Amino acid sequence: MRTKVYLGGSVVLIFIIAGALGPLVAPFDPNQQSLETMLHAPQWFWGPHFLGTDNLGRDILSRIVFGARVSLLIAFAVVFISGFVGVILGATSGYFGGNVDFTIQKFVEVVWAFPPLLLALTIMAFLGQGLFNLILALVAQRWIQYCRVTRGQSLSLKAREFVISAKSLGASDAQIIARHIIPNLIQVSLVIGTFAMASSIISEASLSFLGLGVPPEIPTWGTMLADGRIYISTAWWLALFPGLSIFVTVLGINLLGDALRDVLDPRLKRAGTGI
Amino acid sequence: MGTYLLRRLVGTIPVMVLISLLVFLLIQAAPGDPTLMLLGEDTTQEDIDQARERWGLDQPVYVQYLKFFMSAAKGDFGRSFKYDEPVMDVIVNRIPATLELATASVIIAIIFAIPLGVWAAAKPNSWVDNTGTTFGLFGISMPSFWFGIMLILLFAGILNILPSAGRDTYGIAGERITGFYVVDSAIQGNWAGVRDGLEHLFLPALALGSNMLGILMRVTRSSVLEVMHEEYVTTARAKGLVERKVLWRHVVSNALIPVITVVGLELGTLLSGSIIVETVFSWPGSGSLLVIALNARDHPLVTGLVLVYTVAFVAINFLIDVLYAVIDPRIRY
Repeated sequence: MRTKVYLGGSVVLIFIIAGALGPLVAPFDPNQQSLETMLHAPQWFWGPHFLGTDNLGRDILSRIVFGARVSLLIAFAVVFISGFVGVILGATSGYFGGNVDFTIQKFVEVVWAFPPLLLALTIMAFLGQGLFNLILALVAQRWIQYCRVTRGQSLSLKAREFVISAKSLGASDAQIIARHIIPNLIQVSLVIGTFAMASSIISEASLSFLGLGVPPEIPTWGTMLADGRIYISTAWWLALFPGLSIFVTVLGINLLGDALRDVLDPRLKRAGTGI
Repeated sequence: MGTYLLRRLVGTIPVMVLISLLVFLLIQAAPGDPTLMLLGEDTTQEDIDQARERWGLDQPVYVQYLKFFMSAAKGDFGRSFKYDEPVMDVIVNRIPATLELATASVIIAIIFAIPLGVWAAAKPNSWVDNTGTTFGLFGISMPSFWFGIMLILLFAGILNILPSAGRDTYGIAGERITGFYVVDSAIQGNWAGVRDGLEHLFLPALALGSNMLGILMRVTRSSVLEVMHEEYVTTARAKGLVERKVLWRHVVSNALIPVITVVGLELGTLLSGSIIVETVFSWPGSGSLLVIALNARDHPLVTGLVLVYTVAFVAINFLIDVLYAVIDPRIRY
């Protein structure tokens, strides 16, 4: 348990620092091309290019650091927007019940009927590449998890004494949802958010890998992997390091999420969702 | 039981209608005029008007949607721009490859995950448990396409013992019967073909199955741990059964119910994972076809594939519900 927090926490911390400080930590300009330094193997501490260079002579470490920035930005945006939409819809759905609940749940059912990633792929394919579309594509299904869990919780919350007394004191429905229901949904949303963060990093990388993510001039882990894949037999470092970054980051976030769930919401584990 | 299934089946109809509407709206939202895209830029206004009339693009949106829905319901998605064949034929041709890959992935995931999960749960907090859980977490956190590339690097690049792309070596596979190369070769007694098929299958199946393996392992472990504390297990121990028998006969058989459900639920993830893993391994299935169609801006093919995938996903979820009802007769909702 403690190891989980330390391990996960430090990985996430490094990731955030690298992303936030980006230009200060990166030894080179991530897009600076040079014919002279094409496809240099990792030089570790014996040369300027710690993790080597790619087919256009760009420094891989610098590109990974900038990639962290992009991933971080996108993942945070996706998690917050999904959480916002999901919690509000979930709380409303559970609190009002009846037709409101039916409509929202039907909508959830339809969006959920798409295989994961496929809806995002379709959105990117038809709306075109770009940061905004990418965030939209990743949010498209990610709010549902929040919505489902918080709906169930607000169903039980609305029968609790503090909600009933707020109502008898004349609070409006909007006030009750904002002041009494939603604050009680924050903990569970935090746990969902951590896992959503991990999954959106992987989805973003997948879309970028397929050439459907952010525009190609922005370095991301997914595009680096796609570029490096072609050189796998001659220059292994091109594909190894960006993928390793995704893997380690996602692993760290999952570890932290596991720990967070155990602390904040042990019920989730007992309910059998403990995977 | 019958009424439950019927109700559930009828329930999928509005979902399918809304899905087709959503896909239709996405196509509508795509930038660029389809007539201009097909006719080229220097066509006269008259030609454009004529084409719009011929393709029904001059009609109101809801009429266009109705037409789209009627033909989609019949499995008619028009002709693929790239292959110049009916979209449905192109897709059907590619489906067996995807099914073969998905089946192999599920088999690999189950074969490794269940024993590992049971073993880890039988000795909680031991080194077995810790290693197993760590591997499970690795499987979940590893992007399958990167894992695939690393497998290619190791087995095809460095060790050079397995092929890195495609389904078969040219000339080895025999006649196509079911579309499953391994099965076809076995039917025809072509053992070199079976071996060749399996060799091509192993790496992509492992890459695609790694995620499911991790999840199944963790689910098996927590499910076994939970059942371990049931009273009938204590009873079994109390009557003097050896631990091995208690574990396999009383614990595991009961612990597997949630595992089966998770296999079903994860099939959807597997389906979308196949899109990217097939691309990595140049596997000629429907997943890599989708990527080809996307890159070629072959909109009829993309639409057809998206709808076929979604229908498959809805069908899988329906079958899981049926399975639920069969396994656990208490479920009626």
